Order: sequence, then C-alpha cells, then structure tokens
Amino acid sequence: MRVTVRLFARLREIAGTAELTRTVEAGATVGSLWKDLAREHAALAQYERSISSAVNADYARMDRPLADGDEVAFLPPVSGG
Amino acid sequence: MSSTLPDLSNEEIKRYSRHLIMPEVGVDGQRRLKGGSVLCIGAGGLGSPAAMYLAAAGVGRIGIVDFDVVDYSNLQRQIIHGTPDVGRSKLVSAKDRLLALNPHIQVDTYEEALSSENAFRLFEPYDVILDGTDNFPTRYLVNDACVLLGKPNTYGSIFRFEGQASVFGMKKGPCYRCLYPEPPPPGLVPSCAEGGVLGVLPGVIGVIQATEAIKLLTGVGEPLVGRFLLYDALKMRFRELKVPKDPDCPVCGTHPTVTTLIDYEQFCGVRPAAEASVVSVASNGFEITSVELKQRIDKGQPPRIVDVREPNEFQINRIPGAELIPLGELPRRYAELDATEELVVMCKMGGRSAKAADFLRSVGFTRVLNLKGGVLDWVDKVDPSQPKY
Repeated sequence: MRVTVRLFARLREIAGTAELTRTVEAGATVGSLWKDLAREHAALAQYERSISSAVNADYARMDRPLADGDEVAFLPPVSGG
Repeated sequence: MSSTLPDLSNEEIKRYSRHLIMPEVGVDGQRRLKGGSVLCIGAGGLGSPAAMYLAAAGVGRIGIVDFDVVDYSNLQRQIIHGTPDVGRSKLVSAKDRLLALNPHIQVDTYEEALSSENAFRLFEPYDVILDGTDNFPTRYLVNDACVLLGKPNTYGSIFRFEGQASVFGMKKGPCYRCLYPEPPPPGLVPSCAEGGVLGVLPGVIGVIQATEAIKLLTGVGEPLVGRFLLYDALKMRFRELKVPKDPDCPVCGTHPTVTTLIDYEQFCGVRPAAEASVVSVASNGFEITSVELKQRIDKGQPPRIVDVREPNEFQINRIPGAELIPLGELPRRYAELDATEELVVMCKMGGRSAKAADFLRSVGFTRVLNLKGGVLDWVDKVDPSQPKY
C-alpha cells in the first residue's frame, strides 16, 4: 500500500521534507509507519510520545490501521507565542 | 455575559459603523462586544495583534496578564509595543496603545505570572480566555483552568514559519489535552527565542484567535471547535484537522482524573527552582565563565572552543578561535575532536552546549567545560562591541 506522510514543525526539519510517500505492508498502522520513519531518521524517535497524528485530516491514534492512499500527518506540539 | 447589554453612545455608533451595517453583527452584536470581555494571557507575539483587534472591534473589557519588559528583540513581531517602549513594562505599554486605539474600552492589567494559585481568580471575570503564552506549563494550565471553569480558550501557537489555532474548552468540543495528553520532555521543542519565528506569523495566528473570540462573544458564525487549524507561511497554505473530544481525556473526558489545578512545572518536567540550584552548584566543576575563558586566552593557553550553534547564529557573533559544530551534527562529527584535549563548548545562552557537554562526556570525553551564559555572556562581560540577538 502507498501512503502519503505529512510532517510538521520540527519533524519536517529533521526529515528534511514536509511530504513523503512510503510503501507499507497490509496491517500497517499509524504507529508502525511512525516507527519506520523513526528508523530512517533517528532524531524523530524522541518525539514518539509527544506527537499527535491524523489520517485523512481526522485525528487518529497510533493503533489506527492504514489503507492504500491514506494521508497521514504527524504533528509535534509547538509552544511559541 | 451580562443579561442586560450596555447601550452604544453616538460616538461609538460612528466608530463601529462598519460593524453596525452588517446584519450579522448589527447594533445587538456590537452591544454584545461592548458587554463582553477577553483575557489575553501574554502581551507578546500572539497577544499583541489579538489585543489590538479586540480593542479596535470594541470588546468592552480586555485583560492582559504579563510580567515582562519590552526588549528590542520583541519589536520584530510584538506590534503593540513601539521603539520608545523598550525597557517599559509590557503591560503599561500595551495598555497605552489599546486605549489610544479605543478610549471607549476598559483595559485591566495583571502584572503577575499565571499560576495554579491565581488562574481561577484571574479567569473568573472574563467570558473568553486567549492563550498567547510561550511555554508548555502555562499552556496546560490555561487549558485545564478553562475546562474546569467552563470557559472557551481561543488557542494559538507558533513555530518558525508554522502556526496552529483552535478553540478549546467548549462543552461539546475537545481540549488541548485531547490532542496532546502529555507534554513533551523539556528541551525537545524549541521556543521562539531558541528557534526563531517569522515576525508576521504571530500576526496571522493572533488575529485568528481574536476573530474566534469576537465570534464567540457575538454568537456569529461557526467557531473553530473540534477543528485544529494549521498554517504554513512558507507554502501559504491552511489545513484543518478534525479533532473529536476524547472520552478518556484526563480533564474534559467522562471520568476526569484532573479535577483541580496541579503543579504544571512539575507536570511538564521543568526542574523545580530548589533542585535547579543544587544541580548548578554540583556542576560547577564542568563550567567556565566568559571572564575565566578570556583570561585563559590572554595567557596564551586557550582551550579548544566548540560553538554548537547553527551557522546563521555563528554569523551574528562569535568567540575568536571557536570552531562551529552545530549540536545536531555533533553525534557524527565528534571524532574530529580529541577526547583527552580540554574543550569548551558554547552556544547562545548555555542550554544547548550543556547538552553537547553531556553528550561528549557520554562518549568518553574527559575534559569538557560548558561556557556559562553562552556567547551572550561573552558579549556582556568581554566583548561588548559584538551584537546580541
């Protein structure tokens, strides 16, 4: 399955891109996709417990299963004011 | 909101005429604004434009909580303050500006740090709370206090070129904790002071917050509830995520575990003051001051100096002889350094270089000193001819 990943704020800077596509196995979840990304970019791993995620612009938890063509967003919290 | 709305004077009718001729606002909507109140937490990047538009729009009572002083580095985005205000209290400066914009409103200022002790007292008289703070402990505090008091929180937050906005704390909508139940570990997310911010960005987000506050007060339109707005200034794109209320949310869920305000510094892992001083005493053997470093250089015994800031910061000011290895590159570049050689690591204020020192010690470096107060202290104490940022 092909999915599109959107990264925001610091995550985008670490990965060096705001948007990428990945092929995932059947049964993949938001969480397993995140772990794949964290393996590619080790500096992402420390954000795991702090991010929120969305699938197709709907807030989603890490255990949410993915479908072909899904757009997955990962958002770190930001605090600037 | 008070059940009997205040009338508009002839002067006010003239001033607000562009509102009054729109049926969605009209005289009744304008009277609701006049009878309404908004408490701005912070008179900084977000609070500045928000408060100015709220004042111009005729919100009858605007409160501001802040305890800071206007600095030159604020002026690039905090447009409520002007160059002559540098050094003045932000509250005094903001109040002057708002009353100059609109003398028909009341501006109440609270020169204190928002805390679990004063939050209920400060929030209680206001209809809407506008979160323009710059740190996680205060954001969680504002969120929880709004949920517990049943007050809407027009939320905004910024990072470099990106911003977020939403309305939290409404009965049917989610709160900030539905989206982010746990705060990030301290130091993981850079602040504006550490990461920088495009000056116009808080203008966009702060004005969205003010728009939502005005809609809530007048009852017009669809509030940004259950929707998380994301703005990217570089791509000039808005996106929106749907965020439902989380039934398991510790504050606004069906079985809340947070029923009163807690210690938010501790919750966010920010070190309590007492412990912090102990650590700094204990770590004295690992630090060097800028004056001591200057003496070493003057004696002809300079240690190797590693500047762990980013290249654009290195361009602004630097310590002579320092080599640039940005913190993020250190894990793959530390082999360029000699683990037994004496090293001084430095950054802007000493935070990033403390992490660099910890890292270097963890990989076997034995003689690493952190420059206390960073390059800013160097400029203050040793070389005032260099600029600060």
